[in-house]
Amino acid sequence: MLRIPCPWCGDRDEVEFAYGGEADLAYPGDPAALTDEEWAAYLFFRDNPKGLLRERWVHAHGCRRWFELERDTVTHAIHVRGR
Amino acid sequence: MRFTFAGAEYEGREGETLAAALVRHGILGGFRSVERGRPRGVYSAHEEEPNALVQVGAEPMLRATLVELRDGLVAEPLAGKGRLVAAPAPRCESMHAHCEVLVVGGGASGRAAAAAARGRVILLEQGRCAPLDGVLVLDRTVALGLYERDWVLAVERGRRLWKIRARRVVLATGAIERPPLFPGNDAPGVMLASAYEAYGRPAGATPVSGGFSPRVHLWSQAGGRLRWDERIGAPVPDGELPGVECVGRVTGAGLPDAPPFALPEGDEDEVFVDLERDVTLADLRRAVGAGLRSLEHLKRYTTIGTGSDQGKTANVNAIRAAAELLGVHPGELGTTTFRPPYVPVSFVVVAGRERGPLFDPVRTTPMHPWHVAHGAVFEDVGQWRRPRFYPRDGEDMEAAVLRECAAAREHVAIQDVSTLGKIDVQGPDALEFLNRIYTNAYDSLEVGRCRYGVMCTADGMMLDDGVVMRVGERRYVCTTTTGNAARVLDWMEEWRQTEWPELRVWLTSVTEQWAVAAVVGPDARELLAPLTRVPLDAGSFPFMAIREGEVAGIPARVCRVSFSGELAFEVWVDGRRGLELWEALASAGDATPYGTEAMHVLRAEKAYPIVGQETDGTVTPHDLGMEWVISKTKRDFVGKRSLARPDTSRADRKQLVALLPVNPDALLREGSQIVAAPNERASQGHVTSSYRSAALGRTFALALVAAGRSRYGEVVYAVPPRGEPVPAEIVEAVVYDKEGSRRDGRPAA
Repeated sequence: MLRIPCPWCGDRDEVEFAYGGEADLAYPGDPAALTDEEWAAYLFFRDNPKGLLRERWVHAHGCRRWFELERDTVTHAIHVRGR
Repeated sequence: MRFTFAGAEYEGREGETLAAALVRHGILGGFRSVERGRPRGVYSAHEEEPNALVQVGAEPMLRATLVELRDGLVAEPLAGKGRLVAAPAPRCESMHAHCEVLVVGGGASGRAAAAAARGRVILLEQGRCAPLDGVLVLDRTVALGLYERDWVLAVERGRRLWKIRARRVVLATGAIERPPLFPGNDAPGVMLASAYEAYGRPAGATPVSGGFSPRVHLWSQAGGRLRWDERIGAPVPDGELPGVECVGRVTGAGLPDAPPFALPEGDEDEVFVDLERDVTLADLRRAVGAGLRSLEHLKRYTTIGTGSDQGKTANVNAIRAAAELLGVHPGELGTTTFRPPYVPVSFVVVAGRERGPLFDPVRTTPMHPWHVAHGAVFEDVGQWRRPRFYPRDGEDMEAAVLRECAAAREHVAIQDVSTLGKIDVQGPDALEFLNRIYTNAYDSLEVGRCRYGVMCTADGMMLDDGVVMRVGERRYVCTTTTGNAARVLDWMEEWRQTEWPELRVWLTSVTEQWAVAAVVGPDARELLAPLTRVPLDAGSFPFMAIREGEVAGIPARVCRVSFSGELAFEVWVDGRRGLELWEALASAGDATPYGTEAMHVLRAEKAYPIVGQETDGTVTPHDLGMEWVISKTKRDFVGKRSLARPDTSRADRKQLVALLPVNPDALLREGSQIVAAPNERASQGHVTSSYRSAALGRTFALALVAAGRSRYGEVVYAVPPRGEPVPAEIVEAVVYDKEGSRRDGRPAA
């Protein structure tokens, strides 16, 4: 089980969190201007790197805040970005 | 101390294992192998035991080497397969612990590491172990797995699950002796030399040794690399893992040189590589002959290493033998993957106390005691326990539901709808927030009014529906589907925090703060009028309006919303006064209490969808015939872009319709597939809801059918999972009061 550093509550067990997938996928400013392919890329296409991945988590059974961190998908080493 | 094995009684000693006692009594056989039924005996002294499997009471597949004797113990030998016995499971529990240093293995190097460690130190040992100053020593405790390098699961005496978070993990797990390969290496009396010593050199036993294999399981599970050690003829830990350290014989140090390895002479079908799985050298040779080259394939083909012992005495021999057969170096073959749990663990241990009533919280409404006292039959909706129907003497569900439906349509009925999810949305940007999260627009919603709303996921599929009540200039209360309340709040929070942090809006769950009763039916006003001074006539209290006042002396918020098509009032009061309100309503006139089943029928007659029943994550509001709930004027809302895709406006999408079985007494099975002709196989949709209607005096169903709205009048067939296709006519989804004439009360005759 991962130990995840919540920027608000500190280190907690993974069971307290819910996963939010890849980070840094901003909602498009004008979805109507996108082609179907571009919209599908925003909705469904995700990187699946072997190594560092920036991802979103929410402290669902704690402060209920969303935050981002960087996780190595091979070693599970976690680095927190600022809140 | 007395114990029974295979029907015979023996004397046992305190602290002895079942295996040790059997060997001491000269029982060197007593077991059979799983596939061939060959006689077998105790082979080892620890968790690696491949032969001596027993059933003790209801518990199958225990290793006699790990079963501690107690007076009156009854053990039956098992031939490699357990048997399920219906018996009360023992009570188990789990413990959480944190420490600076966790040592796995209580041998000399493990004890030395524990003694030298600072801070909180825990030592796990699978056998008996003496105490150690300043160390929490858990003996008769086996580590099941090492996860992410700092999280260890262990099971103590087969009953208590330990979850241990450690800053540093020291693996002093030692080594397992492996059998040499020779014909008849499985005969009763043949045992590992280490076991022979542990059991005090029992008469008649033959000690054998094929060398030692380090217990690298936890190291490998945590991501540690392995390398082949030529001297001991087995894989050893290699490289480093942050926070994990191996000490003692698990590193290979101190282990004797392996005897030279060669494929044995003689009948290879008598040479056992995996004793528990009954796999021989001949089987392995066949697999190699079939062209298999990788260890993982050889494992799957032969089943070596797939027994409940996970090949603890077999896997390294399999690597060495396969290397010989393939003419390669064993180091080139690698190993199969080590996976937790290290030893089998009972489900009762994993479940711990979280079973029976403690498995999941049961949520009940403030009115629950009344429902119980009045004989309600309950159903679980998410965690909620809701009345399904209230049978009167001798009624079955069908009769009760028809009666409850008729009361709501013809007179007055009341339902406890307190389980509705309720989310308080407030702040200067609450309106903007709602406009973005719901598909329809709220700009024109005045204070004191409410509006039905739908939310979609970003892919345009229906997520939930409910009513949005504007209770103040900057304050709204949104209701959600009972089972979806937590998910909807999470969904709203996610958008608020991650995409729209600029919005000044706050979300609060108020589901349990309110108790709500629905008063439904053409005589709803007559029931309520004596209990309240709120004017109830349609002129002063129109549909979708909200009024504040008192009902039965309790401060209340009353809303005119309807989930049945009938005149209806929802009465919201402080949750603590819910029972008081309900008792007042139940005794005010002759209102019929009704449950979720009648509610389902009433709403289905009006084609009001239930999220999760009519929808399944592939259904848009358009598919449900609810174009009107999609705003055309808002610049954006969650799901809008997806609803503009050509795919969501295809004419042949599955659309919500009603089905009237040709035989008006035939009840379609929910989930039945729709086909065009009885012998057709291509599915055109499925039945989502199916009921008997008191109002129609017949059965009807809702279904999602390809291009359904252009096929009214067509007869299709509903095919249940088993049984004959049932013909039914496609009709418009709303089968009762299409004009909506009953919304304000009994239509003028």
